[in-house]
Amino acid sequence: MFRVASDELNSRVPDGPLQQKWDKHRFNMKLVNPANKRKYSVIVVGTGLAGGSAAASLGELGYNVKAFCFQDSPRRAHSIAAQGGINAAKNYPNDGDSIWRLFYDTIKGGDYRAREANVYRLAQVANNIIDQCVSQGVPFAREYGGTLANRSFGGAQLSRTFYCRGQTGQQLLLGAYQALMRQVSTGRVKMFARREMLELVVSDGVARGIVVRNIENGQLEVHTADAVVLCTGGYGNVYYLSTNAKGCNVTAAWRCHRRGAYFANPCYTQIHPTCIPVSGDYQSKLTLMSESLRNDGRVWVPRNQGDRRAPGQIPEGERDYYLERRYPSFGNLAPRDISSRAAKERTDAGFGVGESGLAVYLDFRDAIVRDGEDAVRKRYGNLFHMYEKITAENPYQVPMRIYPAVHYTMGGLWVDYNLMSNLPGLYVLGEANFSDHGANRLGASALMQGLSDGYFVIPYTIGDYLASTQLPKLSDDHPACTSAKKDAEDRLKKLLAVNGRRSVDSFHRELGLLMWDYCGMARTRTGLEATIPRIRELREQFWKDVRVLGSGDTLNQSLEKAGRVADFMEFAELLAVDALHREESCGGHFREEYQTEDGEATRRDDLYSYVAGWEFQGAGNAPVLHKEPLIFENVKPSTRSYK
Amino acid sequence: MSSDLLNLTLRVWRQAAPNQPGEFRDYRLNGVSTHMSFLEMLDVLNEQLIAQGEVPVAFDHDCREGICGMCSLMINGQAHGPDRGTTSCQLHMRRFRNGETITIEPWRADPFPVIRDLVVNRSAFDRIIQAGGFVSVNTGNAPDGNSVPVPGVRQEMAMDAAACIGCGACVAACKNASAMLFVSAKVSQLSILPQGQPERANRVLNMVAQMDKEGFGSCTNTSECEAACPAEVSVAHIARLNREYMKAMLFADH
Repeated sequence: MFRVASDELNSRVPDGPLQQKWDKHRFNMKLVNPANKRKYSVIVVGTGLAGGSAAASLGELGYNVKAFCFQDSPRRAHSIAAQGGINAAKNYPNDGDSIWRLFYDTIKGGDYRAREANVYRLAQVANNIIDQCVSQGVPFAREYGGTLANRSFGGAQLSRTFYCRGQTGQQLLLGAYQALMRQVSTGRVKMFARREMLELVVSDGVARGIVVRNIENGQLEVHTADAVVLCTGGYGNVYYLSTNAKGCNVTAAWRCHRRGAYFANPCYTQIHPTCIPVSGDYQSKLTLMSESLRNDGRVWVPRNQGDRRAPGQIPEGERDYYLERRYPSFGNLAPRDISSRAAKERTDAGFGVGESGLAVYLDFRDAIVRDGEDAVRKRYGNLFHMYEKITAENPYQVPMRIYPAVHYTMGGLWVDYNLMSNLPGLYVLGEANFSDHGANRLGASALMQGLSDGYFVIPYTIGDYLASTQLPKLSDDHPACTSAKKDAEDRLKKLLAVNGRRSVDSFHRELGLLMWDYCGMARTRTGLEATIPRIRELREQFWKDVRVLGSGDTLNQSLEKAGRVADFMEFAELLAVDALHREESCGGHFREEYQTEDGEATRRDDLYSYVAGWEFQGAGNAPVLHKEPLIFENVKPSTRSYK
Repeated sequence: MSSDLLNLTLRVWRQAAPNQPGEFRDYRLNGVSTHMSFLEMLDVLNEQLIAQGEVPVAFDHDCREGICGMCSLMINGQAHGPDRGTTSCQLHMRRFRNGETITIEPWRADPFPVIRDLVVNRSAFDRIIQAGGFVSVNTGNAPDGNSVPVPGVRQEMAMDAAACIGCGACVAACKNASAMLFVSAKVSQLSILPQGQPERANRVLNMVAQMDKEGFGSCTNTSECEAACPAEVSVAHIARLNREYMKAMLFADH
């Protein structure tokens, strides 16, 4: 199934006390003097929070930046859909927060599977992010006196989340987008929209460029640079149904993996507890209802199995507020992995509600009685509105029905402390890397990480690389470029030539269902062992029977999708192998064989306290596992308890 | 949550490339669940077309939860269809009747040329933002977030404007293809907030100049844009833009 490499991955975490590592490292890194920065070029792929902030900040420093996105405008990257908020340890509410506590909560929330030094740096720079965004004109919620407001989020017992109504991601992304547009206007950044990355150019073992397809006219373009920064998001759409945007895909990351970049911890996937349930087999995506709703909403199911009465008819004594019952100290604010599994446990046991029985209630009755409907509307108005649009039910009157759905992926390309992958010159930022969330991400931490990587980490670490590396000039007709371009071209031709009977979507749905059933919220050895050959079969079928109509030299959405699904077909196998190899339960990875009597995850620190970095050996061939041991010098891994 | 099924005729704009003529083509689609979103209905149409060997209809979409601003359909002559405050992706088929013919077109405006079928080029919006829709603050220059208080009411007003998703429905709905609602939303947000003050005058002048350069039409206060806006941005922001523009023209030392 896989082979274990004898070497260990070097995280390049600097020495010294945790609190001083980043400061010390910043001093030790080489600088590129301002006049020389214009001699270097950097490619940034993806323009979400990580890519947008990185491209803008690198442009401001004076580098020549080329930024790419597959959407029609960089403002549309999927970061825009993040609802709830962004964490920072400002301690404005005076409720006992500190950088150390944010660090500790994030490490614990990640079930002790993240790298201490990265997480501490994240907690340190989080405060700067808030300041930066305020300066850009991001309209964060304010108190009457004009100071910044905070709310609480899952996995924390204090209020440290900054927010813009239910559309924080939108406002933060527009802040980064506007900074990026400003750099475009100065000429420091060249923006390439509607371009999809199809290959990485690697020359002498160093990442030097990319091959992209111009989505509007099908032309393949080669772009070279001194470094490539990948900010292409997560792979949640391997499940077909997820809260991700339809275009989110693993292709850019997977293409880098195929060229030598290690893929770390792909089995760490986050299933978000509060999403609108599936309503039919035409369903194209799932919609998240922000976790912030759990501040005021109470989650329950009927106490009696198969109770089909309308929720309003079920008296208080016959309701089971199972999160409050099982986790009295965190209650409805238990972390995502735990809340999702608790919902699955109740519905599997036959207590689910709604037509399919695959849903639980999220009830605002008590909050409306306590604070009034207006107060609830002010906090969550747009979310309630969205819920009503989708379900045609009024959540002010009847409780929302929710169910867990794939939302975020903690795994991603392996990076060191500088956010560089094992391929020199290839940096990976935001959700696309694996670095900061361990096996489970806490709410309001994704925005924090994307912006931390882009605004406050890459501008320093990339300078060190450029200043200390001799890079020969690389022209577009260098064999490394032409061969990468030819690979991309051949693959597109192959997809168009199959001319089979089944649509791309039908294959994607089938793959997604397989992954959800056997590699979703709960996993078993037998299930995973049976799934891997089925993924292979499906992949073979795909290449024999997929139907992609139209041509390659025009806008062709089926062709775009086909390329993405082909990569998901390969990636899915690695995800399953990783899930099979990790014989423990931690965070979003729950192996049924490893649980306590009351159904809590059992971690096995003696065997699995490491990052699993997978090396590609050809599609269908056993990958090689490179381990990065996780060393905890500052927090002692303990059994995570939210009881 | 029981579902009814609809049988529909879809009259869809098909156009192979920017410089080629387009035409409406009619498609029958049966058994459409009323729980489907409008775009899911188009997915089903495309599956049917692929099975029949016809190239599927190209349409822009991404988040499918009403925030990315990618989807852009004229549905029965209305930008994003009949519901207020709703994008095409959030519109549901329960809004339509059995037997209905639904006409689906791309945004119609000169500055938004058609690329293929229902997909248009909206890069003019990016260029308008490039002209001044930002605060010039480099990364690392920021004072503490609480150093400048912003009254809650002002912040709420700014947020109302900042909610714009940049979809272009305002332009598509306007008989003059004016982009005033889009431009005013950004001008308004940044002129309300203290952080936007230093560049306040130049911002409005430069953004309006770019808007004109892109070929968007003039505003004649018809308010179609507000009615079509999925983010419910108010035309009050256009009034503010006009005030800002006038002040900048008359008094600013730029």
